[in-house]
Amino acid sequence: MSQVHLKVFRGEPGEAPRYDEFDVPVEEGMVVLDALHWIQGNAAPDLAVRWNCKAAKCGSCSGEVNGRPRLMCKTRLSDFAPGEPITVEPMRAFPLVRDLVSDVSWNYEVNKSIQAFTPPANKPQSEWRWQQEDIERVQEYRKCIECFLCQDVCHVLRNHETDTPFMGPRFLVRTAGLEMHPIDAADRRGYLKDVGGIGYCNITKCCTEVCPEHIKITDNAIIPLKERVADEFYDPIQWAWRKLRGKPAAGAAGTPLPMLAGASMSAQPMSPPEPALPAPPARTAPEVKRPRRRSDAGDETASEG
Amino acid sequence: MTVQGAVLRALRKPRGTAPQGFGKTNRRDRWAIYPIVQGLVFTICAGYLTFSGIFWGPLFGPQVVESQGYLSPLFSPLILFKDMPWWLSPGLLILWIPIGFRATCYYYRKAYYRFYFADPPGCAVGEPTVHRRFKLENAFPFILQNLHRYMLYLAFIPLFFLWIDVIKAFADWDAAGVAHPRIGFGAVLFLVNTTLLTGYSLSCHSLRHLVGGRIDCFSCTRARRVRHTLWERLTDLNRNHMWWAWTSLITVTLADVYVRLLGAGLTDPAIRF
Repeated sequence: MSQVHLKVFRGEPGEAPRYDEFDVPVEEGMVVLDALHWIQGNAAPDLAVRWNCKAAKCGSCSGEVNGRPRLMCKTRLSDFAPGEPITVEPMRAFPLVRDLVSDVSWNYEVNKSIQAFTPPANKPQSEWRWQQEDIERVQEYRKCIECFLCQDVCHVLRNHETDTPFMGPRFLVRTAGLEMHPIDAADRRGYLKDVGGIGYCNITKCCTEVCPEHIKITDNAIIPLKERVADEFYDPIQWAWRKLRGKPAAGAAGTPLPMLAGASMSAQPMSPPEPALPAPPARTAPEVKRPRRRSDAGDETASEG
Repeated sequence: MTVQGAVLRALRKPRGTAPQGFGKTNRRDRWAIYPIVQGLVFTICAGYLTFSGIFWGPLFGPQVVESQGYLSPLFSPLILFKDMPWWLSPGLLILWIPIGFRATCYYYRKAYYRFYFADPPGCAVGEPTVHRRFKLENAFPFILQNLHRYMLYLAFIPLFFLWIDVIKAFADWDAAGVAHPRIGFGAVLFLVNTTLLTGYSLSCHSLRHLVGGRIDCFSCTRARRVRHTLWERLTDLNRNHMWWAWTSLITVTLADVYVRLLGAGLTDPAIRF
């Protein structure tokens, strides 16, 4: 039986990280997560690794294998050259909890800041109708399994220290799914620009490269959102047209990203948002006051003649 | 500073454990090859085209921009006027449009941010720590990338003239203005080049957005259904935007080199009718 040599990241916040090395017997079809389970069962029972479905659908076992963000349950040992050591690390863009487990809770807080699906106030659910062509785009975004590999590889989240928040590719995908929904009535463009920090994305497409669901994150979600933000804030002709027609600019829908306590390697508890900030809009409120959108019937005359 | 501004300032993602510093990574593959090759090809083509279109004439005197019925795509439409200053190349009057279009292109951003700015040099690869506070496309100059759509509109102007040049290239024009049909190597090269430039322009992300991407409900009206069909076609083209971008950049370079070779004495191989 052949073996692979694994170098596994070990440590806790405050400790100097180390790499423990293991020789793991290989059977046909084994993935990196299988090797880690073998290590847990035979050599290091205290090795911390997060996993759940082992079918590349739950997004739990995200990590970095030989420096590349990957799902450990989807990375076959046979993909590596015989004799090549395999380095396994946690997602390095996030604070460490222990060993291969990183603290991704910041992402869930960002998620809360996005204004949820907001149907029009004057349309009861029984009247909602849409066709497949309306919803196809959004279905791609719904494939996301929230593994956060895109967040991990994004150089803005990984390397930059931005003055204002950047929500990251995962949440731009979610926002795209809401913005492009045929029934949704909220306008998140102001939020994307001022709070979500969409301007930090410089289209390097690393998020698309690592997505295990093969979502074209950059081409189909981020760039269309950037174009929508440009419609509203960077297009002088459209701005003049709106002024002529007396249309208001989009407000910053959604809530500000929540305050995080500290910025260290350790997992930190979340603080509630500052009370001085505007209260978040009610998610279930049926009353939606919004500027007329570019997709409204009024725009039809402008753009389609 | 507003309260909201202060809060936003404090809302940065908690720092992770990723190696920081230029090129620091645990990747073992040859991640640097792809951005380097891309960057070098881009630099060679863009450098040559800029030199040829803008600096050649002012530096070395009168230059060949048209030969044997072929007008270099860098100078089309050829704009000449009386008392033109010596330092002003007719190419400069045109080239700022394709340069602006490509500089703000969503595809090329990936290539040049990696090669020229190392921001980032590769995926999951550390970048120079001086980048940490960069505002990227939130501030000048990169906020100007948002004007890509205007460069797109303008790019259709030289493209229109390039198609006229293609039609003209399939004939020898005598002094009396009579056309004698031919199929020359140059004409085929011009046709391929202009087709690729058209593909590059039509596969643009901004065009895809303007045609239909900005609509949420495609089925709501008949006009929107038409726009959805167009959007789908442009989306098909957009999937290969990178391919259109590279091939058209290379062929436009080759077309200009070919016209200069013709000007230097090369004879265009052609079938004449």
